[in-house]
Amino acid sequence: MNDMTPTSAERAEKLEGMGCRRKRVEDVRFTQGKGNYVDDVKMPNMLYGDFNRSPHAHARIKSIDTSKAAAVPGVVAVLTAETLKTVNLAWMPTLAGDVQMVLADGKVLFQNQEVAFVIAEDRYVAADAADLVEVEYEPLPVGIDPMKAMDADAPVIREDVKDKTDGAHGKRKHPNHIFNWQAGEKAATDAAFEKAEVTIKELISYQRVHPCPLETCQCVASFDKIRGELTLWGTFQAPHVIRTVGSLISKIPEHKIHVIAPDIGGGFGNKVGAYPGYICAIVASIVTGRPVKWVEDRIENLSTTAFARDFHMLTEIAATKDGKVTGLRCYTIADHGAFDACANATKWPAGLFSIITGAYDFPVAHCSVDGVYTNKAPGGVAYRCSFRVTEAAYAIERAMDIMAQKLKMDPAEFRMKNLIRREQFPYKSAMGWEYDSGDYHVAMQKVMDAVDYKKLRAEQRARQEAFRRGETRELMGIGVAFFTEVVGAGPSRACDILGIAMFDSAEIRIHPTGSGICRLGTKSQGQGHETTYAQIIATELGIAADNIMIEEGNTDTAPYGLGTYGSRSTPVSGAATAMACRKIKAKAQMIAAYMLEVHDDDLEWDVDRFRVKGNPERFKTMTELAWAAYHEVPPGMEPGLEAINYYDPPNFTFPFGAYICVMDVDADTGETKVRRFYALDDCGTRINPMIIEGQVHGGLTEAFAIAMGQEIHYDEQGNVTTASLMDYFLPTAVETPHWETDYTTTPSPHHPIGAKGVGESPNVGGVPAFSNAVNDAFAFLGSTHIQMPHDHWRNWTAAENLGLHG
Amino acid sequence: MIPGSFAYHRPKSVSEAVGLLSSLGEDARPLAGGHSLIPMMKLRLATPAHLVDLGAIADLKGIRADGSDIVIGAMTTQHELIASDLLGQKLPLLRETSLLIADPQVRYVGTLGGNVANGDPGNDMPAVMQCLGATYQVAGKGGERRIAAREFYQGAYFTALEAGEVVTAIRIPVPPAGHGAAYEKLKRKIGDYATAAAAVVLTMGGGKVATCSIALTNVGETPLWAEDAAKLLVGSTLDAATVKKAVAAAEAITSPASDRRGTPQYRTKMAGVMLSRALARAAKRARGE
Amino acid sequence: MAKSQVSMTVNGKAVDALVEPRTLLIHFLREQLSLTGPHIGCETSHCGACTVDLGGKSVKSCTVFAVQADGADIRTIEGMANADGTLHALQEGFRQMHGLQCGFCTPGMITRAYRLLQENPSPTEAEIRMGIAGNLCRCTGYQNIVKAIQYAAAKINGVPFQEAAE
Repeated sequence: MNDMTPTSAERAEKLEGMGCRRKRVEDVRFTQGKGNYVDDVKMPNMLYGDFNRSPHAHARIKSIDTSKAAAVPGVVAVLTAETLKTVNLAWMPTLAGDVQMVLADGKVLFQNQEVAFVIAEDRYVAADAADLVEVEYEPLPVGIDPMKAMDADAPVIREDVKDKTDGAHGKRKHPNHIFNWQAGEKAATDAAFEKAEVTIKELISYQRVHPCPLETCQCVASFDKIRGELTLWGTFQAPHVIRTVGSLISKIPEHKIHVIAPDIGGGFGNKVGAYPGYICAIVASIVTGRPVKWVEDRIENLSTTAFARDFHMLTEIAATKDGKVTGLRCYTIADHGAFDACANATKWPAGLFSIITGAYDFPVAHCSVDGVYTNKAPGGVAYRCSFRVTEAAYAIERAMDIMAQKLKMDPAEFRMKNLIRREQFPYKSAMGWEYDSGDYHVAMQKVMDAVDYKKLRAEQRARQEAFRRGETRELMGIGVAFFTEVVGAGPSRACDILGIAMFDSAEIRIHPTGSGICRLGTKSQGQGHETTYAQIIATELGIAADNIMIEEGNTDTAPYGLGTYGSRSTPVSGAATAMACRKIKAKAQMIAAYMLEVHDDDLEWDVDRFRVKGNPERFKTMTELAWAAYHEVPPGMEPGLEAINYYDPPNFTFPFGAYICVMDVDADTGETKVRRFYALDDCGTRINPMIIEGQVHGGLTEAFAIAMGQEIHYDEQGNVTTASLMDYFLPTAVETPHWETDYTTTPSPHHPIGAKGVGESPNVGGVPAFSNAVNDAFAFLGSTHIQMPHDHWRNWTAAENLGLHG
Repeated sequence: MIPGSFAYHRPKSVSEAVGLLSSLGEDARPLAGGHSLIPMMKLRLATPAHLVDLGAIADLKGIRADGSDIVIGAMTTQHELIASDLLGQKLPLLRETSLLIADPQVRYVGTLGGNVANGDPGNDMPAVMQCLGATYQVAGKGGERRIAAREFYQGAYFTALEAGEVVTAIRIPVPPAGHGAAYEKLKRKIGDYATAAAAVVLTMGGGKVATCSIALTNVGETPLWAEDAAKLLVGSTLDAATVKKAVAAAEAITSPASDRRGTPQYRTKMAGVMLSRALARAAKRARGE
Repeated sequence: MAKSQVSMTVNGKAVDALVEPRTLLIHFLREQLSLTGPHIGCETSHCGACTVDLGGKSVKSCTVFAVQADGADIRTIEGMANADGTLHALQEGFRQMHGLQCGFCTPGMITRAYRLLQENPSPTEAEIRMGIAGNLCRCTGYQNIVKAIQYAAAKINGVPFQEAAE
């Protein structure tokens, strides 16, 4: 070794491994307009499909006449349910154990439901022809209110399962009932409430919203008649699941289906499940013998694809009069629309909702969820939600504020008194979760110190006095939220999708010249996987991140995986990546020992090389070992340097955070302004801080939109009134607040690199922070709970009801 | 997403455009900036068989002074209004309003003519034109005529334009030096139509309101020129009690639609709040503050 | 409907083509010229993903017919790189400041930012936010997009760039 030899630290920095703000690989093509999204795919002879859709929310179909549509020059075929029945595809199974119409079969059940699929030479002709399909409807009474769905006189939505008292998740108590799911200890919880000193009870509704990624759902289906093979490009967050489900329902053998998810313009859960557009495009390709492209427009996307939330949660907390919580109870009505197409893990019809005890030490708790059918778009789980964790977090964070108000305690102080303590980890919650790690009090205190919480409360009191004196018409609110998420689905004992266990995978191959490729079963839609997985490998194997190619989305080459949603990529495939690296490293160590003529145990790892203990000038770099693996391996060893790992996580991971929002509300217009938003997130080991910050900015912006104005709204006739971007609130750069981000790091003890995942945390914690801020602004005037979204007119109505307009 | 088919015409003069619109009749629509019409065509809410693109007609552009009036060609874009020094000096209310319309891209293409002639209750310029007492110069088969903005709007998407007529210019009497004007627009976000908006132009003399004109946006089927509300303020010092009466008078003429921006009750009240705020700002400007 | 001839200059190249009158400029660019940089995110002219630079103006190409652009000079993201092939300061800035995630809004956003900096070479943060208010993003929350534009402005103006605190 001489003075020119780079130090360990210098070599580590060059690798751009974990912990550094590595610039993104993806950006090179995206900033030059060279992404490859589904609508960029062009195949020779390609046709275009478009839907004719129902104007009615609930109606019988008396007749469908496709003759005028079929006669338009350039139209090749028109599909209806009758056509699909000939191949047994008029209905398809959902991920939640229900069935769903692909094309309307005798009835339509929600506005804009797919009725006919027109296939034409170009998309303009397809649009013209779709308008010419003539459908005769007999309107039926509409069921829109989920709270009335199980009334005796409620219109029956699903005639096909009307008489089935056994549903996919147990007994059904009404034709519009889907499932009942419970967790926790009912008797013990009821007892705690019986003897409680103080209780609160509030109906906390989380309105129906939609993930609205900027790119809508789309696919290109190409069936090769000669080979009997289907190639399917699509906006798929879970390409392998699409392949398996596609095979099961189409009867094309799985090895003859090639699914490719190329670049995806945002997913947020909207692109997990299978849609009628995909099935119709596949059938159309089989029928016509040509590739068929289907691209939905924005109104179709917002009004018919996987919505989110629509949970109505009657939430109760019991506590002692000096502020110690003693019990939690929650009864929820879940509106799933016309079909339960929820993308939950199969055994969890209400997702991971039982995380509802949140970050607090509840000794007992019980929750019960009833899912119901209504004449709305099908689905339920989507939108950066981690399977109903957003709903649970909203309920508990609002309820904690309501209890704090009743106890006349400061909301932050009340939380501090009840947060799970560091020494209680790993923590077994009253609902049966084992939280892996956390230091909640440190996080909460850090945030409170950062914003000078005491000073803010003092300022708030002064402004409240000024309001009372008529000196100002602005109300100041401070929203506190502390959340615990559960992500990383999931351990196979608990989590499967239609029977496929929710492991995930990484397959790594190092080439002779020392660079390599890693293919995974996850699928980025903007999260930067091409950049971050390479950082894990760089740290584990000492190969520069720039020398590792990352590939996802092609089911022919990627190992089987369950896809990307629910913040699961880092917890599951991130772990698989580390484990595969360690297999490679172990083999490399043996090769090094052989080359250096020492025993394996005589070697130690130093950033990018194995060196002999006590004799550091004798080393072999990973690059040298890669060559050796192809050139001369120890006798008896296979050549090559690669490994695959399918990782079945032993547990979920539990990221957490503390957020504080300072908001001013104009009592006379209902306008709001976020003055400050401070977000502290703990996602365990931080792979790329720049990307984490970006995820937090994005998630907080989505949370802001949800809390302050987003809504998929139906009128009483079942018309969707918010189906376009005119009315569906997507904030611009002007409305979007400035975000301040911070962090603590409590690694997950069961994860190979201690990482927990972070993508959904800001949506989980953000919504309650904003909603608590608005509620906090009005609380001193006697208000207990104002429902989201907190758009201008609702804030004004709250002020009006409090008599603030004189 | 995909509009229906149409035949496209691109006349070079006003008379050619009028000739086309007259002969093609109800099936033809003029195309100005297109940022109201084309979105409607893409949703197939409008299906004209003919589009007459006014974009190549030089006579429809330009901003000039004409005596005590300013005349603005109908095809002048919002971007050009904002950039105009003449308007910045003489009619700052127009720039202020333009900046509240839509977003930068739409403002590059959207025209003043389109904004005033459409009859869409959500457009901002109609109320401002009523407030300013503007007239629209109109060309048709029968020749030219002028229609006062205060008489132009008859219902939602229903104006005094006859078939085959097109607005060629907007003529605005310049308010006196020392006037104060303001446009207050409450909206859900940038790019949205008004939840409610109020335009005010006034002059002060000796601490009292000498002249006052008020008009409201998107709280009725048409823009609403609030004549009675304005009359109440003349001669007052804009004291709280009189403003309250004027606000009540303005609220009384509203009949807002119920939509996702709010209930009719809310939107009426917001028209009143916007009016109060516009009055306060206009008065500040009139006082030179 | 009979097709019309259109001629225009796109990214410096002369183009002649036949289009239906109703062919939207975005479809003309993407389908006939294979310029798939500009994207379609809505059909109501709100999202701005389709933004191009047309005759020195930022224009939503989904709200313009190709026939209206006859004779025009158009630039898309594919024409943003410098004449010598190096990336435009904005393309560099978006990467340096993590101003994109899924990339779908990015071509329209950069094309709009390009014109914004022509209009106003040293915009404040508020002016940047107003300036990109016609471009929606679902991934980034805009904060790093603002930084990316500030980075580019500094580079173009030849002044040092100071990244705002988080």
